[in-house]
Amino acid sequence: MTATQPNVDRRQLSYIAAQAADARVNVELEAEGMTLNIGPQHPATHGTLRLVVRLDGEQVIEADPIMGYMHRGYEKLVEVRTYPQINTLVNRIDWLGSFANEVPFILACEQLMGIEAPPRAQWIRTLFFELSRIANLTLFLGDMGVQLGAVTPVFYAFRDREHILNQIESATGGRFHPNFDRIGGLKDDLPAGWVDETRRALGQIRKFCDVMEDLIVGNEIFEARTRGIGVIPADVALSYGLSGANVRASGVDWDLRRDNPVGGPGAGLVYDKLDWKVWTHPDGDSFARYWVRLQEVREACHMVDQLLDSIPAGPIMAKVPRIIKVPEGEAYVATENPLGEMGYYVVSQGGLEPFRVKIRSASFSNMSITPWVLKGTYVPDVITILASLYFILGDIDR
Amino acid sequence: MPSADTESPEAGAGTTDAGEEAAVDEGRSALLEALTTELGDALLDSHLIAGKDLWIRVGTEAWASTADYLRNRQRFRFFDFLSAIDWMPSPYGRSLDAAVDNILEGKSLVGDGEAEDGGDSAAGAVSGAGAGAYAGGETRFQVFARVYSLTTKLGVTIKADVGNLGDPLQVGTWTGTYPGADWHEREAYEMFGITFVGHPGLRKLYLPGDFEGHPMRKDFPLLARLIKPWPGIVDVEPMPGAADEGGGDAAAEGDA
Repeated sequence: MTATQPNVDRRQLSYIAAQAADARVNVELEAEGMTLNIGPQHPATHGTLRLVVRLDGEQVIEADPIMGYMHRGYEKLVEVRTYPQINTLVNRIDWLGSFANEVPFILACEQLMGIEAPPRAQWIRTLFFELSRIANLTLFLGDMGVQLGAVTPVFYAFRDREHILNQIESATGGRFHPNFDRIGGLKDDLPAGWVDETRRALGQIRKFCDVMEDLIVGNEIFEARTRGIGVIPADVALSYGLSGANVRASGVDWDLRRDNPVGGPGAGLVYDKLDWKVWTHPDGDSFARYWVRLQEVREACHMVDQLLDSIPAGPIMAKVPRIIKVPEGEAYVATENPLGEMGYYVVSQGGLEPFRVKIRSASFSNMSITPWVLKGTYVPDVITILASLYFILGDIDR
Repeated sequence: MPSADTESPEAGAGTTDAGEEAAVDEGRSALLEALTTELGDALLDSHLIAGKDLWIRVGTEAWASTADYLRNRQRFRFFDFLSAIDWMPSPYGRSLDAAVDNILEGKSLVGDGEAEDGGDSAAGAVSGAGAGAYAGGETRFQVFARVYSLTTKLGVTIKADVGNLGDPLQVGTWTGTYPGADWHEREAYEMFGITFVGHPGLRKLYLPGDFEGHPMRKDFPLLARLIKPWPGIVDVEPMPGAADEGGGDAAAEGDA
């Protein structure tokens, strides 16, 4: 074990010991270096990811994520389901921001069918899209603290996320799985009084963001553990397919809400009618990823505020046949989900069910960089980097 | 719609899409022209929907070099995804729409007939891999991938034929150009059985190491569906207990 900085090492060791005690970290010795097996049941894995890291002392030589503990085979299952039924399945991909999963699939179907949702439906879609972003990312903002040993923030996160989930539930009936989007529009209109309640909920989230900034961003320990840790240069990030806040934290000004390469900006969503900005950070480290997401929650609140002010009147469903058949063709539609780019490549042969659907989920690509980024880092930083890349296991395994 | 579609070297798949709105798509047309010049004969087919998207199909041997060209010469820096498709119609039938099923029946693996589409699509007969395949295809297995350019804000889907069942099913790897293709190729390898030549560690990604078969192939049965048919678009299944054969299933469901 290298002992260049004895104090740091002791802190790291006690950290590992604490993790090992309560999180079933198996340590086994091998001839060359040491193999540390993290997970599949580990608080940092948001599900069941297993990470096998080979260590030289405290330093990671090689990291190999092992997935599949939650592989549900959605790409196979959707081939024997009708398009409306698939909506229920895709809800379960990123379970923290479920509504956002539905949107790109519905948009892909609408593109193939050549129909467009009425303006009111597009508005409310965008509204819920941003609400699910807030619900998803608030949990990240608190959870990042837990990975560094600060337990308090996550309680605030769970408490304040509830305000948003209540709003989603009161309009859609589902806290986590709204299943609210339909080909051609939405299932239902907003309930009475919902707009004012949502404004109140946004106030809570804004306060929460300020609290997180006080608790975490200015915190000395947090900065020491995240600044300059897990740096991903922009070019590497792009060639690994990183998306969302991860790539914006590397200084890449790229956001599908603004730059959607398919169908131009705001196809099916109304981001082009809003006043907002894309947040980037030049550093590319764990801190930058946290900071960008914090700003994105605030920006999402700002967007929801504008959306609430300007929901147009009108129908919420376009005219669609009762039995939905999607014409032959292929379409790829991706949107900027809370975790990054989420897209569906839909191949239709004109039937009730798709011929093939490729689900491009954000976490899958975001995590594929882990072998690269973890190389040469120290064991405690593995947890920080994983947390800052922010993945949902359902979004990796699908 | 006017000329935007006519760039395709073959008139076969380059039919105009019904949902097309914009007239001419300069960015995508220019990109397609550049690709045509660079790839020459290796560019087998293309499909362009103005204002929406671009598909190209390249020869199998040009699969990896196309990635290299797009990444290093056209500045398509963002790797989106890579996957594969099995164009064989499912031998278990398409449980949900018998009409479409009948049309596809009796066709060879390389479906080339006029697929009567059930809806009101303007895309008529599409030759190639199967009905609805943009940029066509000549074999059962196909790989496809997607990359973006951040500067021009364009995306392009690249396809390549891999072969039929008896063939070696090999294609060059993209990992040298886009390291992010690593996991995507491992997934395509286990799900479709396609080998990516030159991949640094081609092994299963999701499935256990001793798993046999390639689940995403159309002839790999989805057992849950074969055992108990899905109700489908309308609930035609008898209520539990109403049918004799349904009794056992209903009881099992009641417990769950």
